Amino acid sequence: MIRFTNVTKSYGRGTTALMDVSLFIAKGEFVFFSGASGAGKSTLLRHVYMDERPTAGEVRVGGYRSIEVSRRDVAKLRRKLGIVFQDFRLLEDRTAEANIAFALEVIGTPRSKIRDRVARALHQVGLSTKGTSMPGELSGGERQRVAIARAIVNDPFVLVADEPTGNLDDRASRGVFELLAEINARGTAVLMATHDLELIRRADFRTIELADGRVIHDSAGDGESLPLVENS
Amino acid sequence: MSATRELFIGLRRAPLLSLLSVVTIAFALFAVGLFGLVALNIQRALAQVEERVEVRAFLLDGATDDERVAAMAAVSAYPEVAQVDYLSPDQALEKARQELGEFSDVFESGFLPASLEIRLKPGFRDPNTVALVVTRIRAIPAVEDVRYGRDWLEKLYDLRNVAAAAGLVLGLTFAAVAVIIIGASIRMTVLARAPEIAIMRLVGATDGYIRRPFLLDGLVKGLLGGTLALVLTWFAHLAITRYVIPTAFFDSRTALLGLLAGALLGLMASSVSVGRHLRRI
Repeated sequence: MIRFTNVTKSYGRGTTALMDVSLFIAKGEFVFFSGASGAGKSTLLRHVYMDERPTAGEVRVGGYRSIEVSRRDVAKLRRKLGIVFQDFRLLEDRTAEANIAFALEVIGTPRSKIRDRVARALHQVGLSTKGTSMPGELSGGERQRVAIARAIVNDPFVLVADEPTGNLDDRASRGVFELLAEINARGTAVLMATHDLELIRRADFRTIELADGRVIHDSAGDGESLPLVENS
Repeated sequence: MSATRELFIGLRRAPLLSLLSVVTIAFALFAVGLFGLVALNIQRALAQVEERVEVRAFLLDGATDDERVAAMAAVSAYPEVAQVDYLSPDQALEKARQELGEFSDVFESGFLPASLEIRLKPGFRDPNTVALVVTRIRAIPAVEDVRYGRDWLEKLYDLRNVAAAAGLVLGLTFAAVAVIIIGASIRMTVLARAPEIAIMRLVGATDGYIRRPFLLDGLVKGLLGGTLALVLTWFAHLAITRYVIPTAFFDSRTALLGLLAGALLGLMASSVSVGRHLRRI
């Protein structure tokens, strides 16, 4: 479903963010990406939603290949993905409902369907009663839940979460993680970058560790190493 | 979500910014409008002077009526000629007296010869064409001499050429400044909505979808700014006419073209601004 083949990403002035990364993520998997700041986690995730293209190698997500996608294809791909950030990225001048509805409106979803789908997404993240609240009236955890609701309202096959708990306290972090795990249990693959080693240890999901742009460890939740590239 | 709805949402969220954009565009176009007004009136003044370009063919003293009629017919047949009038010696004297006012008594009867007053059609009043027409008139047997104020005509055309060149350079400069100001003003709108654009891209909106409300925004602001500029130019025209010198205003077709140009500038500025922004994100 997601395949990185010998992906290298270099920027000018000799900076290399990813170095010869190869990995495969199957449908419905939950994968943690761990590593120190600057290890390449966010860069790797940006390749998944094709905000970045490899300098060398290839990324395949669903039926889309990084070497041939157009900007229009990237837009189509993102309609099938959900993306969540540490800083929430909500529109501060719209209610929670409007923020979620926005994701459906801009891809041309009929207005008759938007209301129900927004209500369902809010229910899924446990914020049914907060739909009319402005982001400024919500706690950090609640804001992240709204961002997650916006990410899942379109029933994505992958949810990309870049440090979603980075700005939250322990309790809110746990709540957000549990929500992501529930979403995963319903069949959506979740790719989550995090610094939180305690969370990784408790969760028992596959973890891919990066350092200096390289994959230095890839393990299944039970501790067994997984092949970096699927043998298929 | 239609582009129109997004446009109104944008206007409602940032009314001051929208107003500022419209006023900025209006003043940029007002400068162009004022320049246009000056150019139009200089052009008209020159055209009025140009209308006075007249060729006078003096007839031989002993020219018969038949020769006069033949000369008039020949000159009238020239494609450059609009009108030919015969002036008898008495009529010439009367006209000279009228033109000289208080010095009218210096002339006596019979002093001036009979002549043909020839007016040329617009487009044939430049020095070269007039000189060619004069050469042909000189070849007519009944014509003794031809005068047309050559030096004056050449100076007029020099002035016209200088005015046209200065007008072109100034006009292009004003238009370029207007384009830059309008571009900067629309860019502010794009930057103010950068978070929305980023989220639109993130959730899969196409570039075309993101661009549409901004194009409409630029079009509407250009049109509103153009209308305001036209109103300001109209008031400037009224004030100049009242306090300085009577001036002409643009005809309705030119005014409409100005409005459309404003709308088009807004549209283009938006297209460039949002296009540049989208390429960066």
